[in-house]
Amino acid sequence: MKILLALALLAFNFSACAAPMDAFEFDTKAQEKIFNKLNNELRCLVCQNQAIAESNAGLAKDLRAEIHSMLLAGKTEEQIKEFMVDRYGDYVLYDPPFKPMTWLLWIGPMAIFLMGLFYARRFIFQQKSSEAPGELSDEESARLRELQSELKLTDRDDAGKTDNTKKENRS
Amino acid sequence: MQRFMPLIIFGLLVVLLAVGLTMDPRLVPSPLIGKPAPAFELPLLNGEGVFNSEELKGKITLLNVWASWCYACRQEHEVVKQLARSGMNIVGFNYKDKKQDAQQWLAQLGNPYQVVVADEDGRAAIDWGVYGAPETFLIDKDGIIRHKVIGPVSDQKNFDDLMAVVKEISGDNL
Repeated sequence: MKILLALALLAFNFSACAAPMDAFEFDTKAQEKIFNKLNNELRCLVCQNQAIAESNAGLAKDLRAEIHSMLLAGKTEEQIKEFMVDRYGDYVLYDPPFKPMTWLLWIGPMAIFLMGLFYARRFIFQQKSSEAPGELSDEESARLRELQSELKLTDRDDAGKTDNTKKENRS
Repeated sequence: MQRFMPLIIFGLLVVLLAVGLTMDPRLVPSPLIGKPAPAFELPLLNGEGVFNSEELKGKITLLNVWASWCYACRQEHEVVKQLARSGMNIVGFNYKDKKQDAQQWLAQLGNPYQVVVADEDGRAAIDWGVYGAPETFLIDKDGIIRHKVIGPVSDQKNFDDLMAVVKEISGDNL
């Protein structure tokens, strides 16, 4: 019983948080669908990070009413969007159109990502090629020769030792 | 050069973001600049009768959007009055306000407007792309919107920008 009560209270709480949608009536289901879609695609200019569906601002309310009456008047989704852009600019669209003004906006992030990818690749390949043999500086090859001759020396020592042990074994 | 490339890219990003920080996201440029003033016919705030936007033509006019509930409008009002005194033709656009409140506000602070129209439900304001108050539109003799001030005209930068356009259009129109 307590759980039920808690759930009921929770549900009540959520509905209280949700945007206060005024009750709009539509002729068709399709109109209502476009209405909800547009409300979520159009940005409120007062509370700039909210769609007009979520905003409680006076202007958002007015715009919802405007969209509603335009839909009832038989306007299409495109016509309503155009109406809003004519008045408030591309800014009202959460999904701005692809045109010269917005090229940077659309292509920028991808370009920067590709540039990063390009540099990462180059960086990795550079590391690999420096690990590959055959490209030693004079200093390095001198050091290499030194090391090799040292190695030969110890080889001989080892050989001598084993010879000695062999000899010892024999005696 | 090669090894400084990441640093250069980082520097460019810093500049880009720094410039972004200095811009005010609340200023949304109006697409109406250079276009004819949207038509409206609204009741007068004081007295009977209506005002038609056709009457905006013929004179360089400021259309000042204000409301009694708007604090910044109170701040800019002195400057609006000064502009009126200097001979500017100013139309008041009372935005989403109660008639009595608006009338009282003007009685108290002074009325610099040639005429004040009342857009109680804010419907006409939508056509003008108004999204707050105060906003001020500069309309030339042919009824074309030439400039829009978002926020108070008393702000020095807003005022200078507005006056620059006023000078420009009165130069080639008078």
